[in-house]
Amino acid sequence: MPVNKHRKLSPVLSLAVILLLLIFLIVLEQHQASNRMVVAVLQKGAILAVAAVAMNLPNGFTGIFSLGMAGFMSIGAYITAILTIPTDTIESVYYISGVAGWVMSIKRALDGLPQPLLVLVALLIGGLVASLFAFLIGIPVLRFKSDYLAIATLGFSEIIRALVASPQLDRVTNGSYGLKNIPGFATASGSGALLIPFAIAAVCIFIMVLVINSSYGRAFKAIREDDIAAEAMGINLLKHKELSFVISSFFTAISGGMLAMYMRSIDSKTFQVSLTYDILLIVVIGGMGSVTGSIISAFLITASKEWWLRFFDQTLYIGNWQVPLLRTGFRMVVFSVLLMVVVLFYRRGLMGDREFSWEDILGLPRRWRRRRAVTAAARADAAEAKDGGKHDA
Amino acid sequence: MPDTPVLELEHVTVQFGGVVAVDSLDLTIQPGEIVALIGPNGAGKTTAFNAITGVYKPTNGCIRFKGDILEEDFPQGKMRKLYRGRDAGQYQKRVVRTPDEICRLGIARTFQNIRLFKQLTVFENVLIAYHCHIQANIFASTFRLNHREERRMRDGAMALLDLVGLADSAQEKADNLPYGKQRHLEIARALATQPELLLLDEPAAGMNPQETDELTSFIYDMKERFKLTIFMIEHHMNLVMDISDRIYVVDFGKRIADGRPEEIQSNPAVISAYLGVQA
Repeated sequence: MPVNKHRKLSPVLSLAVILLLLIFLIVLEQHQASNRMVVAVLQKGAILAVAAVAMNLPNGFTGIFSLGMAGFMSIGAYITAILTIPTDTIESVYYISGVAGWVMSIKRALDGLPQPLLVLVALLIGGLVASLFAFLIGIPVLRFKSDYLAIATLGFSEIIRALVASPQLDRVTNGSYGLKNIPGFATASGSGALLIPFAIAAVCIFIMVLVINSSYGRAFKAIREDDIAAEAMGINLLKHKELSFVISSFFTAISGGMLAMYMRSIDSKTFQVSLTYDILLIVVIGGMGSVTGSIISAFLITASKEWWLRFFDQTLYIGNWQVPLLRTGFRMVVFSVLLMVVVLFYRRGLMGDREFSWEDILGLPRRWRRRRAVTAAARADAAEAKDGGKHDA
Repeated sequence: MPDTPVLELEHVTVQFGGVVAVDSLDLTIQPGEIVALIGPNGAGKTTAFNAITGVYKPTNGCIRFKGDILEEDFPQGKMRKLYRGRDAGQYQKRVVRTPDEICRLGIARTFQNIRLFKQLTVFENVLIAYHCHIQANIFASTFRLNHREERRMRDGAMALLDLVGLADSAQEKADNLPYGKQRHLEIARALATQPELLLLDEPAAGMNPQETDELTSFIYDMKERFKLTIFMIEHHMNLVMDISDRIYVVDFGKRIADGRPEEIQSNPAVISAYLGVQA
């Protein structure tokens, strides 16, 4: 049986791909000076992959249309930033109004931790605070359905942004000046620039996949398919929607914290609604309800936006003739056209709600052969029918 | 009376705005019975089901399950002025439960227009129903600390599919099943919540006579095997007369007759409600 053969082969193949990826990342990390663009795209791709999978959990798996991602990301980003900015240089970041006393005392308490542990603790605290917010917001908001829920969560994310930028919080979030001097992923020697974000992303996504495949994950899917039937089958709608929403915002906040570390400096404008839309775009293009789809599309979209389409931004001369349209910003036009093409041809996203599997890939040649045989048979039938018609006449 | 009745409806009234959909309905179902609820279209049968399962809350009246109050309500707020049903002022308590609580207490249902989890597999459809009695919390479930419970759920779901004859199509999408099998799957999914009382809302709707016969024996088998009490709405008189122990007839939300199948068949009020003949 070829299918069984594929099933046995697939863990081996997955392991091989993971090993290759690991080797690739290690090698790339050693040569990052000459590959700035690839490294940046991969870092951002990994961060957005976490955000996209986290957004897919309520939107694609539970059927909650939530647009609050930017708000939760900013909570995670600000907490991570404040906790990881070195204590000795923090006064220079808050040069306008100074740091609040309680923030300083928290930072002093955490000062003893070694850097990697501090980052981990900061990310976790960010995630937990965001989950707390999500829990409280969820109690009233998750009773809404579809568009109303989307508007309510969108409003929440704008409130968070306004709060962060408000002058009353100047001494905590540095108001509209934003935070800088945030340590990046890499240590002083430059190692870990890729491995650390990829490791965090892998752990986050792995846990979310475990949630999706657990009994609770199945209940989420039931709510997506038919909430009335799900409720009649004993699934408490509010509780399960809350769970999905809280878990999602936990990991969204972690991706926000990683984004802060990637950007090195953040302000409230980083977390505008457009950030939510960027992630929504990744989720929709990858396929609502497909984890692998979200991951693949996070990397594809980041790469094409930041790297592959750069070509369209540069003026190009062929001989003396300047190629029209190619100028700064044109890349985004091409990008939008590409998106439309993708949506036209893959109406349910690249992966639909299926997951990537080696069995599908390895089974492809067989399926193609079968399809060719079927169309050939159909053509023969049609030809025969035509002949029959002639005889009748 | 030897046993406490499984289900008791007392003066249950459901009013939407000015429309009284169910008007002071009284009903008693004993353990192990198969009881049918029949009536012309729009008589309020499905509304009564929805009141029992908590989708709508009754405007007035009391519903008891195994002797305990499941739901009880009385006209209040704006409804106090609007109320047009009977027996107002008889109930003072307010007990309202959500459909998921009621399901966990032991009342499962199927729907008139099939409501399966269409994009999920047949197996998952049944497996999800086992979730309502899960012991593990989400952390334990995520990190598979409950593998014994998970195994039990999976084995139970597979055994149940075997029993209803859907084991062969376990990995198919529920939406791709033929219509009759979707009906069977819906009943299987309801059985997976381990109910004592099973509410079937037109289980034979859209079935041909042969499929209806199959369904009749299927319902009877399941009732015997799981020691169920069954309460169903049905329009196929063959099925109703074949397996029900008692029949309630409603029209315009009111009960117009009840009794054994042969009594109902000759009841003039029932004939007039169905055929419009003056009795």
